[in-house]
Amino acid sequence: MVMTIFYILVFPGFLFLSAYGLAVEFVDRKLYARFQNRKGPPWFQPFADFVKLISKETIIPAEADRRMFKSLPVFAMTAVLTASLYIPVWSTQSLFPFEGDVIVILYLLTIPTLTFFLGGWHSSSLYSTLGSVRVLTQLFAYEVPLLMAILGPALLAGTWSLSGVSAFYAANPIYALVNIPGFVAAMIAAQGKLERVPFDIPEAETEIVAGAFTEYGGRLLALFRMTIDIEMVVVAALVSAIFIPLFSANPWLGFLFFVIKTLFVVFLLALFRSVMARLRIEQMVRFCWRVLTPLALVQILIDLIVKGFVQL
Amino acid sequence: MGKVVIPIGPQHPALKEPENFVITLDGEKVVAAAVNLGYNHRGIEKACEQRTYLQDIYLIERICGICSHAHSTAFIQAAEEIAEVEIPRRAAFIRTLIGELERIHSHFLWLGVAGHEVGFDTLFMYSWRDRELVLDLVAKLTGNRVNYGINTLGGVRRDISPEEAAEIRKVIGALEERTKYYLGIASEETTLISRFLNVGRLSKEDALRLGATGPVARAADIKRDVRKDDPYAAYGEIPFDVITDTHADVLGRTLVRVKELMECYKIIRYILDNMPEGLISVRFPRRVPEGEAFSRYEAPRGEDVHYVKSNGMDKPERVKVRAPTMANAASVAHMLSGGYLADVPIVIAAIDPCFSCTDRTIRVRDIFRGSDSVLDWPALRDYSIRWYRENGLDFSGIKLFGREIG
Repeated sequence: MVMTIFYILVFPGFLFLSAYGLAVEFVDRKLYARFQNRKGPPWFQPFADFVKLISKETIIPAEADRRMFKSLPVFAMTAVLTASLYIPVWSTQSLFPFEGDVIVILYLLTIPTLTFFLGGWHSSSLYSTLGSVRVLTQLFAYEVPLLMAILGPALLAGTWSLSGVSAFYAANPIYALVNIPGFVAAMIAAQGKLERVPFDIPEAETEIVAGAFTEYGGRLLALFRMTIDIEMVVVAALVSAIFIPLFSANPWLGFLFFVIKTLFVVFLLALFRSVMARLRIEQMVRFCWRVLTPLALVQILIDLIVKGFVQL
Repeated sequence: MGKVVIPIGPQHPALKEPENFVITLDGEKVVAAAVNLGYNHRGIEKACEQRTYLQDIYLIERICGICSHAHSTAFIQAAEEIAEVEIPRRAAFIRTLIGELERIHSHFLWLGVAGHEVGFDTLFMYSWRDRELVLDLVAKLTGNRVNYGINTLGGVRRDISPEEAAEIRKVIGALEERTKYYLGIASEETTLISRFLNVGRLSKEDALRLGATGPVARAADIKRDVRKDDPYAAYGEIPFDVITDTHADVLGRTLVRVKELMECYKIIRYILDNMPEGLISVRFPRRVPEGEAFSRYEAPRGEDVHYVKSNGMDKPERVKVRAPTMANAASVAHMLSGGYLADVPIVIAAIDPCFSCTDRTIRVRDIFRGSDSVLDWPALRDYSIRWYRENGLDFSGIKLFGREIG
C-alpha cells in the first residue's frame, strides 16, 4: 500500500514526471535554440516559468463557465498522470500492466486534447473558440494514424499490453527493424498530438493569438503547461517502449536506457520543429489522411506478413 | 459555426504595429476583409512646417525605422530640386550605396518576418542573424544602425575610405553566400512553399487597378522600378536588372525580394569599382527659393513619394509624404478575401507593411455609443471638455495665459 502511494506520488508518478517533464521541456527548448543558432535558456528556465505562472493572478473571463474553466486543467493533468502508470520506466514491465492497456493509454492521452477543446470552448472568446475548433479538427486527423502505427507492432507481438509488447521486442530486438515505417508515422502523429510545428495549428500564435489557451493565465495555465510537458514525456516513453528495443534487466541501467530513449525521441521532435513551417489546417488533415494513414496501414500489412512467416 | 467577424489588431501577435483588419470568416475561409488605417498618426508632416530644412531631415528620417534613408533622400532630392543645387557625383554614389545596404537589411528583415508568420522560426532566427552583418557594417560606415544620418542637404556627411570599401566587399561576399542559401530554401522547402504558393493572389490587372508598387507589383509581372523608370542619385549609370516574377502570390513576392538582394550586391560592387573622386557635399542655401518639387524614390517596400513646397523661407510651407505601404494597402483587402484565416498574417506581411509611416489621421471611435466620425480640432476640444464635465472635472473658471479654458 505504501509502495503503491510512493509509486503514484513520487516515482515514477507525479513528482518524478513533473521534474522530468520540466527537464524534457528544457532539452527541447535548448535543442530548438541551438538548431536556430541561438544560445537558448538556462537549465532552470522551465521551472522558473512555472513558478512565475503559479504566482500570477488567475483571471477568469466574465462570460466563461467558471466551474468548467477551473476544473479542466486538473482533468488534463490527471489523465496524463494516469496514463504514465501503464508505461514501463526501468524495465519492460509497467507498474500495473494488464491486457489491453495500450488502448487505455491512447484514450487517456486523448483526454488532454479534449480538455483543451472544452477549455477553449468554455472561455467564450473568439480566438479560443477558433482554436478549440482547430484542436478537434486536428484530433480527427492524427488520432487514427497514431493508433494504427502502434497497432502494427502490437499485432506482431501478439499482445495488447504495452508491457507485453516491450517484453516481446526486448526478447527479439531484430523484429523492431520491420517497424520503421510505423515509427516514422508515430513520430509525425506525435508532433500533431503535442501540437508542435508543423502541426501547432490550434495555437498558431500569429493567427489566433494562443488558440484555446488565449483566456487562460496564472495557476490554470501553469497546470496546462505542466500537462503538456508531462504529455511529451508520456508520448516519448510510449513511442520508445514500442519502437526502440533497448531494455535492461538491471533497473538502474534500465532507467538510464529509458532516459536515453526518451531524450532521443525528444531530439527528433525538436528537429522536426525547427526545419518546418506551420501547415494550414486543411493541408494538415489532407496530409494525415493521404500520407500518414496509408503509411500506418502499410506498417500493419508488413507486421501481418512477418507474423505469417514466423508462424510457418 | 456560422459567419464570424474576427478582429486582427490593433493589438495582435501577427502585427508589429497597431492597425486593424476586420475579417469575416465562414469556418476557416475569409469571406470579406476590411483594412482600417489610423492608429498611429504622429503628425510629422505638420511638424516639418515648423522646422528648418536641415532640422526636417532628422525628423523625416524617423518616419520609418527601416527605410529611413529612403525618406530622407526623397525629401532632400525635392529640396535640392527647388534650390537648384547639383550634388557632387561622389555624394550621389555614397547615397546610392547606403540606399542599397538599407535594401539588403530591409529584405533580410522581411524574410525573417515572413518565416515567423508561417511558424518557421528557424528561418526568422537565421535571416536576422545574417542581417546583423549588414547592420554592423552600416553602423561602421555611418555611426548608426538604422537612422544613419548620413544624408545632408547638398550631399552626404561622411566619406567612404578605401579600408571601409574593402570591409563592404567582405560583408557583401558573405551575405551573397547566405542569400543563395535562402534562395534554395524559398524554392525547395516543401512546407514553406505549401504555405506561400497560390496564397494572397494579386493578378497583373488587379495590381495595376489597385496601384500596387514595389515587390508586390513586380511579383505580378509588372516591370516597374523608380530606379530604372526615373533614375535618381547614381542609378542612371549603374547597370542592374529589374526582377519580376510571374507567380503573383506570396511565393512570387519572396522570390522577387531574395533575387533583388543579388542585384543589390551587383550594384554595390559596381559602386565600389567606379566610385568617382571629389567632394562629398556642396553648400546649400539657408533660405530655399519659392517653388515646389515632387520626388520619387524606390524604397525597399515600393515607391516612396515626397512633395515639398517652399515659400522662400528657411522652413517648408508644405511637406507631403506618401509611404509605399499606403499604395499597397488597397491590395491587401483584395488579397485577403477568399483565402484562409491561417493565411491572413502572411498575406498582410507579404506587402512588407510599415503602418506607422502610412497613417495620416486619427479616427475617434466611440465604442460605447457606436459612433465612428472624424473630429476636427474644435470638436475634439469640445468633446474633451464635455467628457471631463460629465466625469466630475470642471475646468471652467480656470484661466491659462489670460484665457478661460473651460
